[in-house]
Amino acid sequence: MNMIEVENVTMRFNMSREKVDSLKEYFIRFMKRQLYFEEFTALENISLTVKQGDIIGIVGLNGSGKSTLLKIISGILKPTSGSARIHGSISPLIELGSGFDFDLTARENVYLNGAVLGYSKAFMSENYAEIIEFAELSEFQDVAIKNFSSGMIARLGFSIATITKPDILIVDEILSVGDFRFKEKSEKRIHDLMAGGTTVVMVSHDIGQIEKLCNRAIWLNHGKLMLEGDAKTVCAAYQAGATQ
Amino acid sequence: MELTIEDILAAISVVIIAATIILVVVNIPRLKALWPGFKKYRHLLATLVSRDIKVKYRRSVLGLLWSVLQPLFFMLIITLVFANVFKLGIRDYPVFYITGFVVFSFVSESTTLSLNSILGNASLIKKVYIPKYIFPLQKCLFALVNMVFSLIAVAIVYIILQVQVYPTVFLLVVVMAYAAVFSFGLSLILSAAVMFFRDVAHLYGIWVTAWMYLTPILYPLSILPEPVQNIVKLNPLVYYVEYARSVMIDGVIPDLNTNLICIGFALLTLIIGLVFFKRTQDRFILHM
Ligand SMILES: Nc1ncnc2c1ncn2[C@@H]1O[C@H](COP(=O)(O)OP(=O)(O)OP(=O)(O)O)[C@@H](O)[C@H]1O
Ligand SMILES: [Mg+2]
Repeated sequence: MNMIEVENVTMRFNMSREKVDSLKEYFIRFMKRQLYFEEFTALENISLTVKQGDIIGIVGLNGSGKSTLLKIISGILKPTSGSARIHGSISPLIELGSGFDFDLTARENVYLNGAVLGYSKAFMSENYAEIIEFAELSEFQDVAIKNFSSGMIARLGFSIATITKPDILIVDEILSVGDFRFKEKSEKRIHDLMAGGTTVVMVSHDIGQIEKLCNRAIWLNHGKLMLEGDAKTVCAAYQAGATQ
Repeated sequence: MELTIEDILAAISVVIIAATIILVVVNIPRLKALWPGFKKYRHLLATLVSRDIKVKYRRSVLGLLWSVLQPLFFMLIITLVFANVFKLGIRDYPVFYITGFVVFSFVSESTTLSLNSILGNASLIKKVYIPKYIFPLQKCLFALVNMVFSLIAVAIVYIILQVQVYPTVFLLVVVMAYAAVFSFGLSLILSAAVMFFRDVAHLYGIWVTAWMYLTPILYPLSILPEPVQNIVKLNPLVYYVEYARSVMIDGVIPDLNTNLICIGFALLTLIIGLVFFKRTQDRFILHM
């Protein structure tokens, strides 16, 4: 079964140096006929189909469009052209602290983030203990997360996002900030989710991790899809291609 | 018989109401498709509204007190100054003023808070998918709660001045619903517009001040010369304020025209808001 269908997705951003973001400026420039738009293509005609149970890795240099693609899959960004469809529930872990309010405590954030993902308060209360235990944050439950280390934030986010078995889990680099113990734990949890049929799309600069966890991978370069295939082949080609 | 401006507005409202019914019927499948999304995010909406309430009321006792004291304070000053200086000769001027004030405050508070609600949640919206209308809706619901609290102030005035209470007071719920729909529509327009043009916030701030004077809160509409009256009568808030006064002070159920105009303005604003918001929402993130 196809869980994710990305069809001919192109994403362009407006990169004008002087962004017109006030009515006043808009009118002045409109009168002077000075409304320029410089476009930057972050993704160009990307198509990708992900089947149920796939663990797919995305590799590529900084700025190659990996996070942009994940945001389009998660529905956060709408592509300039093309379409992205998903089937089933999705837990996105885009960047550190997705869906957190840094002024709130870990406890409050568990409920807030749960609500963001569509879970009720009662459901989060039932699972609260397990979330905190897995994230190993029992001593920090009532500390504002702005005082957390990045690894601690990543642990909490990962722990919340994986408390249910989402049909699709999106992971953008956040696994790499945890320490080795948490890395082992989270990899084990991803294996558990895989066994339960969850489809995972992950971005990592840790090629070893991609090779270990993923069965498939794609390589993005300057917004273009260079190669798609089994993880080992793609990672090898990426490393060979990127060091040239 | 001469047509009044109310008659014309009421006629237009009938058209708007009919158009809305047709729009709703035609779009039933699309509206139904929205429902699962709303259901999924209702916990988030509840969490956000209760967080707003907690921040305002629980963390400071002053919060609740402020909601009650502020209208009372203004009422006192305005009554002392206006009622005496201008000799308006209105029965129960404090009640007259505070009713208008509460209605106007609701509209101005809900729209002003909504205006920045999407921009203010940029960090969230950039990292997870959330239907964006949740944020203006959150602020409108929060303002509605505040309005209910400020009714305590109205009750206090009633008790102190021993003003007569009519059974029509329950119709206040109706005008609150009208005003809420109107405010939500306006909130959708403003919160979307400010994503593209930041100075909308500034301009709206100026407008709200002007709007307060263009709404008969301090003065009765009847003191204005007729041509001016006819212009002021294009202001939707006139009808919401008059509705509230009619049920609170006169004990009279507002006539059909007033009801039609209230609904007409509310629906028109809501539809414009929904269409504008829907057409622009995908581009918000590019301007954050
Ligand atoms: N909102 C935006 N506005 C303008 N340009 C953007 C926006 N988001 C991303 N870009 C541009 O798109 C390109 C791809 O960015 P993206 O974040 O997808 O890269 P990435 O592959 O995730 O990189 P990294 O490995 O550093 O995380 C970058 O050049 C970036 O400048
Ligand atoms: Mg990235």
